[in-house]
Amino acid sequence: MSENREFFYRRIHSLLGVIPIGLFLMQHLVVNHFATYSPEAFNQAAHFMENLPLRIFLEFALIYIPLLFHGIYGVYIALTSEMNLKRYGYFRNWMFILQRASGIITLIFVVWHVWETRLAHAIYGTEINFDLMAQILSSPFMFGFYVLGVVAAVFHFANGLWSFTVTWGLTVTPKSQRVMTIVSLGVFIIFTYMGLASLIAFAS
Amino acid sequence: MADENKTIKLIIQRQDEPEAAPYEEEFDIPYRNNMNVISALMEIRRNPVNAKGEQTTPVFWDMGCLEEVCGACSMVINGEAQQSCTALIDQLEQPVKLEPMKTFPVMRDLAVDRSRMFDSLKQVKAWVPIDGTYDLGEGPRMAESKRQWAYELSKCMTCGVCLEACPNVNSNSEFIGPAALSQVRLFNSHPTGEFHKAERMDAVTGEGGLQQCGNSQNCVEACPKGIPLTTSIAALNREATVHSFKEFFGSDYHN
Ligand code: SF4
Ligand code: FES
Repeated sequence: MSENREFFYRRIHSLLGVIPIGLFLMQHLVVNHFATYSPEAFNQAAHFMENLPLRIFLEFALIYIPLLFHGIYGVYIALTSEMNLKRYGYFRNWMFILQRASGIITLIFVVWHVWETRLAHAIYGTEINFDLMAQILSSPFMFGFYVLGVVAAVFHFANGLWSFTVTWGLTVTPKSQRVMTIVSLGVFIIFTYMGLASLIAFAS
Repeated sequence: MADENKTIKLIIQRQDEPEAAPYEEEFDIPYRNNMNVISALMEIRRNPVNAKGEQTTPVFWDMGCLEEVCGACSMVINGEAQQSCTALIDQLEQPVKLEPMKTFPVMRDLAVDRSRMFDSLKQVKAWVPIDGTYDLGEGPRMAESKRQWAYELSKCMTCGVCLEACPNVNSNSEFIGPAALSQVRLFNSHPTGEFHKAERMDAVTGEGGLQQCGNSQNCVEACPKGIPLTTSIAALNREATVHSFKEFFGSDYHN
């Protein structure tokens, strides 16, 4: 392992995608979903997260640093493959390409999203609450961008969960891999629904 | 019962030497019953005249067994990498388009250099060690059920079709590809081959190893021998997880 770190980096990349990033994504979408109850419910939930002890430390250790590593190394991984969907149009090859495409879209979206909701807050002291999101999402363009970003992020997570189980050797047989495909589809549907429902609640 | 006037149209991607630029040449050759791609190529070799009626050089390709066990004759036929010895003209859409596999360096016309595959097999020690300074004797017996299972993995003919299908085997990567990985699984499960398991696992988690698989799973769809390549890769992933934990946290013996 000392001479060749690639195996180690790839495994870390796979792990970080699920723990903590995937867990954070699910938690984030759950908190957002409070927006479908009422603006107050959302503000309260967001406020609870905001007041977690050592928040800045938590954000760096569990979100920013893992995200940066996963994102940058992920772009490198995506760039070393050569797509061949035309000749090999199988389901998994589609997933392979969508995983890379959704990763890039998610990266762009997340950079923008963090700027808009965290850095702007840190720099200009913008209040982060229901109204901020309602204002951002009132533009049809931004609404579309958020829909794309959320769907891409959830897809990347759900399908990444599938590859995670293969990469760590949990699902070895074709049968277990097929079952995991169905599980990941379920994760995709549930969290896409939650994400989109929240976006609609913010915008309306 | 050859139909006198029936011809087969072949479009062949040609290349005069390793560094030369590829170009296309068309051929119309007389049809015979039960032809395969190789017998069509032999017809061109017998009478090297292209569709325009010009004299040309005979098309060059590689072959050996002519029965899909050596893997030498692989090429891309109508967009699909496969063995030209078992590709029957009657089952192919015309014109039949022949190209060399693009993952490998072209030597001339349809013949490619598959050295990277053989180098990978050496890198991962894909053999059972039987030579020593003394007679190692007979190895332990293998259960029949296991032998049958292993036989399936041993059918690999290093043909390169799975590497051609893999989006992660290309000029940007050192990835050794699915074939060699599956061979590691085969030799690790052999009672004597097992002696080198730790060394193989080191090789397989080293440069160009297992970690570069991106799970597109094209290989298992493409393999003409039906080898369960993605199962082998996932099984090695599990083994590599255990191997790397042992290596990091320590264990009494390294195996
Ligand atoms: S695993 Fe299958 S496709 Fe790959 S080299 Fe062996 S026989 Fe060919
Ligand atoms: S000539 Fe051996 S596989 Fe075709």
